[in-house]
Amino acid sequence: MKNSKYEKIADKYQAKETRGSNALIAFFVGGLIGMLGEGIIELLCYYTHISRNEASTFMIIILIFIASLSTALGFFDKLVTKFKCGILIPITGFAHSMTSAALDYKKEGFIYGLGSNIFKLAGSVILYGVVSAWFFGMIRYLIGGGA
Amino acid sequence: MLLFNSFLFCGFICMISQLILDNSKLTPGHITSILVVFGAFLDSFSIYDKIIEVVGGGALVPITSFGHSLIHGALAKTNQYGIVGILMGMFDLTATGITAAIIFSFVFALIFRPRN
Repeated sequence: MKNSKYEKIADKYQAKETRGSNALIAFFVGGLIGMLGEGIIELLCYYTHISRNEASTFMIIILIFIASLSTALGFFDKLVTKFKCGILIPITGFAHSMTSAALDYKKEGFIYGLGSNIFKLAGSVILYGVVSAWFFGMIRYLIGGGA
Repeated sequence: MLLFNSFLFCGFICMISQLILDNSKLTPGHITSILVVFGAFLDSFSIYDKIIEVVGGGALVPITSFGHSLIHGALAKTNQYGIVGILMGMFDLTATGITAAIIFSFVFALIFRPRN
C-alpha cells in the first residue's frame, strides 16, 4: 500500500481529539475532584466535630484509598485515558502511579521487583519536591528567618 | 463558596497542565515534578497559605500542595531548632500522604493481580 493512501486511511480512523476539549475535560474533572476534597472536609467537620486540619488529613487518606483501590481493580487506567490531567494532577495521580508500579513489578519478585520499583514514577515527585523545598526553605530562612 | 472556589482552583491547575501536556513534549511525570517545585516556590513567600485560606480543600488536593506541605513543615521546625529544622521537619506534614500511599499500594499489590 502506498504511503499517501495509508495516511489517508489512518487519518480517517484517527480519534478526533481537539486540544480545547481536552483542556475543558481536564478542567471539569479536576474541579470536581477538588470539590470532592472540600466536600469531604466539610462533611467530616460537620459530623465528627474534628478540626479542619485533621479533616484535611483524613480527606487526603480517603482520596488516596479510593485511587489505590480503583487502580488495583483496573478501571483507573480507563479513566486516565479519558480524563488525562484532570485525574493525574490531583493526589489521586500520585497514588495511582505507586499502585500501578507495585502491581506491574510484583511478578519480578518482592525485593528487586516490587520493592525497588514502587517509587519508579512517584520518586521524581518526592525527589524534586524535597530538593526544591530544601532550597527555597534555606533561602526563606536566611532572608526572612523562618515561618 | 469554598466549594465553588475549590472547583475553580483545582480545575484551573488541571487545565493548565493539560494545555502544557498537549502543546509540548513533556510527559505527565515532568508536569507533576514541575508543579511540586512550583508549589514549594509559592509557599516560600507564604502565597500558598493565602490561597488555602481563600480556596479551602481544593488547594490541598492538587500535587502542588505536596510541595507546599514539604516546605511548610520544614519552616515550622526552624522556629524550634534553627537551620537543622529544615531537615528535621521536611516530611512532617506529608508523612500521612506518603505513608498511606505506600501502605495501600503494597496491600493492594498483594491482594490483586494486574489486569492487562
